[in-house]
Amino acid sequence: MQLTDLTMLELAEKLAAGQVSSVEATRACLERIQRVDPKIRAFLRVDEAGALAAAEASDARRKAGTPASRLDGVPVGLKDLFLTEGLETTAGSRVLEGFVPPLDATVVRLLREAGLPLLGKLNLDEFAMGSSNESSAYFPTHNPWDVTRTPGGSSGGSAAAVAAREVFGALGTDTGGSIRQPAAFTNTVGLKPTYGRVSRYGVIAYASSLDQPGPMTRTVSDAAALLQILAQHDPRDSTSAPVTTPDYSAELEQGVRGLKLGVPREYFAQGMEEEVEASVRAALREYERQGATLVDVSLPHTQYALATYYLIAPAEASSNLARYDGVRYGLRAKDARGLKELYSLTRERGFGPEVKRRIMLGTYALSAGYYDAYYLRAQKVRTLIREDFTRVFKEVDALVAPISPVAPFKLGEKVDDPLSMYLMDVYTLPCNLAGVPGLSVPCGFTKAGLPVGLQVLGRPFDEALLLRIARAFEREHDFFRRLAPI
Amino acid sequence: MALTLEQVRHVATLARLALTPEEEQRLSTQLSAVLDAVTQLQSLDVENVEPTSHATLTASLLREDVTRPSLPPEKSLANAPAKSGTSFAVPKIIE
Repeated sequence: MQLTDLTMLELAEKLAAGQVSSVEATRACLERIQRVDPKIRAFLRVDEAGALAAAEASDARRKAGTPASRLDGVPVGLKDLFLTEGLETTAGSRVLEGFVPPLDATVVRLLREAGLPLLGKLNLDEFAMGSSNESSAYFPTHNPWDVTRTPGGSSGGSAAAVAAREVFGALGTDTGGSIRQPAAFTNTVGLKPTYGRVSRYGVIAYASSLDQPGPMTRTVSDAAALLQILAQHDPRDSTSAPVTTPDYSAELEQGVRGLKLGVPREYFAQGMEEEVEASVRAALREYERQGATLVDVSLPHTQYALATYYLIAPAEASSNLARYDGVRYGLRAKDARGLKELYSLTRERGFGPEVKRRIMLGTYALSAGYYDAYYLRAQKVRTLIREDFTRVFKEVDALVAPISPVAPFKLGEKVDDPLSMYLMDVYTLPCNLAGVPGLSVPCGFTKAGLPVGLQVLGRPFDEALLLRIARAFEREHDFFRRLAPI
Repeated sequence: MALTLEQVRHVATLARLALTPEEEQRLSTQLSAVLDAVTQLQSLDVENVEPTSHATLTASLLREDVTRPSLPPEKSLANAPAKSGTSFAVPKIIE
């Protein structure tokens, strides 16, 4: 077993016992990156010097008996949507090429304070808009389980890096499934916390009422440990919830006996691949075997989530992305005559096709004469979607469902058909619209060796229960020990 | 619902995007397809439904209005494509 094969908590234990140093672990990651990343392309930029300096400082703390946290010294990676002071941050876009942030995102600061060396910035769909990583302005990331396929998106770089064991864990963001779907596609664990649970300060905005950062790891226990660091109220984010942080590891091993798990029938619609459905159904039977009660439930407005999302998210994006105008940072069309042309030429050259599509769609949905018919109506349907969840959570403790109707698809397969790409998110979008937490845990492989994920959805701020439910499954299956064939 | 080329150009002006003619064509087709898909929402009765802007926010969260240090000008200007003293520089606005 190599050092990079350890989970975050296994490494933390060895660090605490003095059996291995953070510098050794960080060097092992850097060597692994050098060896496998040319095939995966998860990294946009590696910060070797920064990571090693942080590792040395961590080793000094461990030696002095004053570790900053349980995970002090465990190296991780960041989706390139998190601002990192002094380290280029691009959101996967040409418009931010060369942008060096003057500050850290709150979650980046929390990771630094907890002593985790940051290995670098991971690839993503441009401004987190996409489900395959192919809208990155730089290059697509490849799935470590089959390099001809997508690792999912938009946090595809984070998921691929975790799966390829280039990092011990990573941060992603989830606006419509961007943590959970790539986790499902790569045999990793991804948690989208409750909206407001983790600070968005310094996270480049896509759709502000939906965006939520979260952990991406190899195991459920690692996700709990990483969330423990991230889940802090932040006065700098007015949507950050002023709630206390529970101990996410305390109830992890308590199992599912006596729990009522809802199975939403709308999440098993036609069009799901047989092998994906079979894996998910097998996981449901496993929960029954462990003493949980499965309850058939209905979330009747699920079918409207896609349309609702593709009005609300682009509308918010069109407003958020107005700031990329060539004035204060990033790309500037230097040949522009006048200010208006400076804006429109900079934006034309800086944004890729998917981002333009969503800006156009959002601008249209907000424009005079269409606001009521599109944006306002979508916000009202969002209420109905949210009420579906409130209703079923009176009846059951959590929901279990598939993440994606399909296994990882081929790179290039859907790139020319935006609508069919949007359909990939049909089971992950409702969670964001309702603001509830959602998690993806590996639940099997197809015959071709492609990973399948199980989704667990819960009540607002009930992350601890989601982790416990996912852990109950993980304990019986060690899919996370499997090595991707790279 | 079809989005005409003229509408695409109008929205592009609002969004400050200098689209090429090929992009206008492609977006007209692609956005029309997406708008067709979202007309599904028109079939729902939402007459007495309140809109949701943020799912888990129940009240407006206010904090004390306290002055705190912000970024110094040299840091704020570090990424500026063009600057003049402690300001961002842009092309002349008024002729």
